[in-house]
Amino acid sequence: MSTKRESLWSKHRILETNSILLLLGILLVVSIGGLVEIAPLFYLRSTIEKVPGMRPYTPLELAGRAIYVREGCYNCHSQMIRTLRDEVERYGHYSLAAESMYDKPFQWGSKRTGPDLARVGGKYSDEWHLQHLTAPRSLVPQSIMPGYPFLARAELQFDDIAMHLRANRIGGVPYTDEQVANAAADMKAQSVPDDPNGEAFSKRYPTAVARDYDGNPKVTTEADALIAYLQVLGTFVDFKLYDGKANIR
Amino acid sequence: MSHDTAHGGDRSVAEKIDAATGQTIRSHEWDGITELNTPLPRWWINIFYATIIWSIGYWIVYPSWPLVSDYARGVIGYSSREDVSADLDAIKAFRAKQATGLEKASLEDIARTPDLRRVALAAGRAAFGDNCAPCHGAGGAGALGYPNINDDDWLWGGSLDAIHQTLTNGIRAAGNDKTRIGLMSAFGRDGVLKTDEVRAVANHLRTLAKLAPEKNYDQAKGAKIFADNCASCHGPQGNGSLEFGAPNLSDGIWLFGSNLADIIETVTNGRQGVMPAWGGRLDPVIIKALSVYVQSLGGGK
Repeated sequence: MSTKRESLWSKHRILETNSILLLLGILLVVSIGGLVEIAPLFYLRSTIEKVPGMRPYTPLELAGRAIYVREGCYNCHSQMIRTLRDEVERYGHYSLAAESMYDKPFQWGSKRTGPDLARVGGKYSDEWHLQHLTAPRSLVPQSIMPGYPFLARAELQFDDIAMHLRANRIGGVPYTDEQVANAAADMKAQSVPDDPNGEAFSKRYPTAVARDYDGNPKVTTEADALIAYLQVLGTFVDFKLYDGKANIR
Repeated sequence: MSHDTAHGGDRSVAEKIDAATGQTIRSHEWDGITELNTPLPRWWINIFYATIIWSIGYWIVYPSWPLVSDYARGVIGYSSREDVSADLDAIKAFRAKQATGLEKASLEDIARTPDLRRVALAAGRAAFGDNCAPCHGAGGAGALGYPNINDDDWLWGGSLDAIHQTLTNGIRAAGNDKTRIGLMSAFGRDGVLKTDEVRAVANHLRTLAKLAPEKNYDQAKGAKIFADNCASCHGPQGNGSLEFGAPNLSDGIWLFGSNLADIIETVTNGRQGVMPAWGGRLDPVIIKALSVYVQSLGGGK
């Protein structure tokens, strides 16, 4: 029974038995990791890919995105086509980082109970989306997706949509003052055909499409917003113009 | 009770050795229960060190971490984008070999030549399952509002070229200027027909398809409204027109339902079914294969 001399390899006992020291040690290691692994992503040319075509979401699409998050769509649907042959074959061109640049936060998800939605925009008609959201199995008999029939009945309540734009702007989305000021009007203009603000809306969002998404031209519903959002997913970048080979990095 | 509250045990006190295991006993004790300080097995620790050494190799071979103006690219220059491009090129080459000529052959030649037809049907079936089945059903049987592909009743034509055109540019597809556009007006909503007139013509439509109309409906009125408003697109006998995508109303096939209420809804609000354009989305060869496959489902008037 002699006191053993502690070897260098036993020094971890000091950390393991002193929680404050351990905490400081963890903080030190994590911040080094963050500094080395994360910080350079903000300045390295090879990680910042400028892709033409990307635009911020319109207020209606942004509201639809909020509903997408509210209903937990990301729990079953990813928005990330990985660089794997089978995924590109099924869903289209692999996702680019730039395609999520105006998503705060991105909706890549990590689980695919349902199919990936990164490029679902334009793949189905608005009517299909409405019917599918209302009663999925009326179109896809083997589907296990829950129905969301209330979306088409619920009037879109986003009195604070301008605040949403402003919050996104703080996060780096380049909304102009004019876009923020007219957010509520734009949200309505995009979902109602022949809205008096339609022209001004198109001027503010030249590539956005205004139409009655849910087949109910009188009321702007949550279905309008969600379908407007789904219909632009993955459509901003024109892959006929995108040079994948030049962007291998 | 000698409760050890000092950090790291009280190193001034000699650690006891457990007779049974030969391991040291930690100096704390609760109600006579003590704890052995058994070290991790040597083999386990060695494997742990080995993984650290392995990671150094990994770090040299593969892209690893960011540097000042670039990232460490690794000696083999791995890139997942490059990999997937190579994979896609390989499958394209493989398919080109499988379907020699599918790309160059005309649609008619593909449908006529057994070898090409076989490949087109296989490729078409796969593409149909992923892209078309959500609306038209896995077997092409359609759904309310989504045409049945199996019945040889074509809204815009069942020839290979017509199907190819429909697939490529869609029907009322947003943002496609070559898309097919037919306008079924909202006769009731737009005030062209009054409620009773809509009802009369809806009954007339049921008689065209040999379904029983309501008793006592105004036959003459229904027929006149049909002739004035519907016949220009759907034909005087209601046989439809491929030119406008106007359905044949006499064949008993009802895209939006045959109940009087369904027909009244159709006449009142019009129907503007949309099919997306697949031109930019699918490979041109796949669209050719799909044309042949879709025609094979329904015949092809």
